[in-house]
Amino acid sequence: MTAYPTQRMQADVIIVGGGFMGAATAFFLRQRGLSVILLERDLVGQAASGVNFGNVRRQSRFLGQLPLANRSRDIWVRLPELIGEDVEFVMSGHILLTTHEKDGARLEKYAVDCKPYGLDLTIMTGDQARARFPMVGPDIRTVSYSPLDGHANPRLAAPAFGRAARRAGARVIENTTVSAITKSAEDFIVETTTGQSYQAPLLQISSGAWGRAMAASFDEDIPFSTNGPQMGVTEPMPYRIEPVIGSSSSVPEEGVYLRQVKRGNIVFGGGLRTVANLETRRAPIDPFNTLRQMPHLATLVPEMARLRVIRTWSGVEGYVGDHLPIMGPSGKVPGLFYAFGFCGHGFQLGPGVGATMAELIATGSTDIPLEAFDIRRFG
Amino acid sequence: MVDEPVIVIGAGPAGTRAAQRLVQAGLRPVVIDENDRQGGQIYRRQPANFHRPPEKLYGTEAAKATALHSDFEMLRPHIDYRPGTTVWGVSEAGLMTVHASTVDVVPFSRVIIASGATDRIMPVPGWTTPGTYSLGAAQIALKAQACAIGGRPVFMGTGPLLYLVAWQYLQAGVAPAAVLDTSSLATRLRGLRGMASRARVVANGVRYMADLVRAGVKLHAGIMPRGIESSDGGVSAVTWRDAKGVLRHVSCDAVGMGYGLRSETQLADLLKCEFIFDPCFQQWRPHVDRDGRTTRPDIYLAGDGVLLRGADAAEAAGQLAACAVLRDTGYAVDAQEILPLHGTLATMNRFGRGLAQAFPWPAHLAAGLPDETVVCRCENITAGEIRRAAGELDAPEMNRAKALTRPGMGRCQGRMCGLAAAEVLAAARDVPVREVGRLRTAAPIKPLPLNCTVKS
Ligand SMILES: Cc1cc2nc3c(=O)[nH]c(=O)nc-3n(C[C@H](O)[C@H](O)[C@H](O)COP(=O)(O)OP(=O)(O)OC[C@H]3O[C@@H](n4cnc5c(N)ncnc54)[C@H](O)[C@@H]3O)c2cc1C
Repeated sequence: MTAYPTQRMQADVIIVGGGFMGAATAFFLRQRGLSVILLERDLVGQAASGVNFGNVRRQSRFLGQLPLANRSRDIWVRLPELIGEDVEFVMSGHILLTTHEKDGARLEKYAVDCKPYGLDLTIMTGDQARARFPMVGPDIRTVSYSPLDGHANPRLAAPAFGRAARRAGARVIENTTVSAITKSAEDFIVETTTGQSYQAPLLQISSGAWGRAMAASFDEDIPFSTNGPQMGVTEPMPYRIEPVIGSSSSVPEEGVYLRQVKRGNIVFGGGLRTVANLETRRAPIDPFNTLRQMPHLATLVPEMARLRVIRTWSGVEGYVGDHLPIMGPSGKVPGLFYAFGFCGHGFQLGPGVGATMAELIATGSTDIPLEAFDIRRFG
Repeated sequence: MVDEPVIVIGAGPAGTRAAQRLVQAGLRPVVIDENDRQGGQIYRRQPANFHRPPEKLYGTEAAKATALHSDFEMLRPHIDYRPGTTVWGVSEAGLMTVHASTVDVVPFSRVIIASGATDRIMPVPGWTTPGTYSLGAAQIALKAQACAIGGRPVFMGTGPLLYLVAWQYLQAGVAPAAVLDTSSLATRLRGLRGMASRARVVANGVRYMADLVRAGVKLHAGIMPRGIESSDGGVSAVTWRDAKGVLRHVSCDAVGMGYGLRSETQLADLLKCEFIFDPCFQQWRPHVDRDGRTTRPDIYLAGDGVLLRGADAAEAAGQLAACAVLRDTGYAVDAQEILPLHGTLATMNRFGRGLAQAFPWPAHLAAGLPDETVVCRCENITAGEIRRAAGELDAPEMNRAKALTRPGMGRCQGRMCGLAAAEVLAAARDVPVREVGRLRTAAPIKPLPLNCTVKS
């Protein structure tokens, strides 16, 4: 039996996809007084936004993204008062470690280049780093320290934004899959597999790895791949690793990272990724990736070798050809906006993306430079 | 006919009989078992330097135990036996195993999973007090270590194992302070019809109870657990409400607790077999046909790891699964062999379901657990936190509840707490437990050393 919609639900803005980007945009749009419908296929924050590593890191980002990342960081610090919930953000600092000389040189150059963007990093030798962070291993040479970064709990962050948006009056509709989006003279019509339809003059596509197909349906295609970065967690040990620790290696296998949560477990990730499946919505876990991560983790923090891994997981994330997201207005359709394809570094940006997209949608412009993320760069 | 070996996971009654049948057909299966010695749980063998006679260890089942052990010894030259080895994951290349801290990849053509079951636990305030054990652990302590969990233990829960363990303790010279069963006598009678299919087993159970009563051990039925009390950091007493609702109290120095069993299904889940909800046992289990074929053509299941029917059924199911593998890979198997096995299992099914009716999982207790009661002991997550996930955080199912408030997120990945946590969640949302689903499995299914090396 087909269920026909009796009545179209209407709002100022429809957001397709309730990941971190969609949920945060919904919240900030409500703060600006616009009515919002957020459509999410599963539950808010269940995809990439809910399973990522939880890094709230600015250093080593593309320089042109730092204004957005800075804006995001300012919101991270204020989150509990802003959304009324704690998502375990800790400003623990973030250190990048190297073992190869050329990687050290790269860190030094970045520390100089990012200064004008308001990011202050401290470069240390291996010995200086070990004096300051005793858990760091003997093979570590140059270290870059970003004191104001940190980590948060990804399982809590996007759902908390979703609830805050709902409390602020957004219609957050879960378990609803968008099947088609069309544009009439002035409105977008969004159909769902349940036969319901929704209508608004403004629309944001923030459906993560599934965003590419939606953009393509408006004839805006981009180079894109879907991968699953691989994560894991150890059994707990006494809390002694404060900063997030990442390897800054140009060798992909070596690029692992880790953080310890207050209850003692060490969350880790990085190295090689698998190819994720958009249809099953699952990113396979390759156990060999876990095994490959292990020695590199122990190089960063030798103490980890004593621990046991208790769980591994991955998640579906979209990667754009040039490793920068798609963010900003559509190049073809007025009223259409994109915020997807965050290439494995969107968690830190979540609050900033929400604030910036809401500003852009509500006012038509923003001071945050978004040209580098414009979909027309592939046009 | 097949290039890669057939793998049997688990060397209990099901795994042993499966391997034996494969060997009879001329195959050389790989047999992987986590324990250092073959035998499984019920026929667990004592360490090499222990010498208690089988009659003491296995009671009425001594003959079966010895037969299973000696049959396995005869198989040894014909199988690739890997004791002390855990299957922790699955890759395109095969099963991922770890032995000590050496990882190996074992390619396969077919896998028979015979991974058994563990105790099913319903938490009670105080159950994480030192001195509280699961029934299975209390039994293993006796069998494999010749230790008692205490001098005056209370055994609490429900199911035949409750009386068997209490009786085994009595035999070993330890008189239990009490045996507390949540199932009432009336409930037990309801299951009797199903159980009557195996009169001898019922008679054994009745004998255990009679021996206990004769030795002065108090057996209480239809009880409602209230709490495990402690002093000096250890168990000191158990409190419960009796069938009339009167609050009672018994001093003790240890508790053995268990409410039947739960199938060990994580490998089937990792291998992407489909699951169904079994209303009789009130748990999710992999879907199998009557020979043990799963929804995946190369994966088979046998024994308690798929359906809780006990050791005798496991032997038959193991042999059947092996026959299914043989048939599916082009070997001839005589129908005369299959038929009686199906017959045996049909009886066992009736019996198993009768047992589940007679000693039902007391799901209703979950709703009444005080908020402060720990449910997930790895992560120290209370019933109250799961209820917060159900309510304020609006988690409709177990994986979401896990993501938001961590039940099942620790070392055991919900093996201990998963079923009880699901009951707490379902009760808080006022939906049937099947609606809150089950925890997804992730590798490694048991903790994996970070400093392991891969065998080359
Ligand atoms: C394993 C992993 C580790 C990571 N680690 C980090 C890190 O440490 N730091 C960092 O900054 N970033 C990290 N990232 C990246 C970060 O998680 C993502 O960039 C970010 O969460 C993307 O958010 P999103 O809202 O764009 O996408 P998603 O969270 O994927 O949300 C998209 C939503 O759209 C919904 N959707 C899709 N199609 C439809 C449809 N047809 N109808 C309705 N809804 C639909 C989906 O269900 C989903 O909920 C990691 C990513 C992964 C996968």
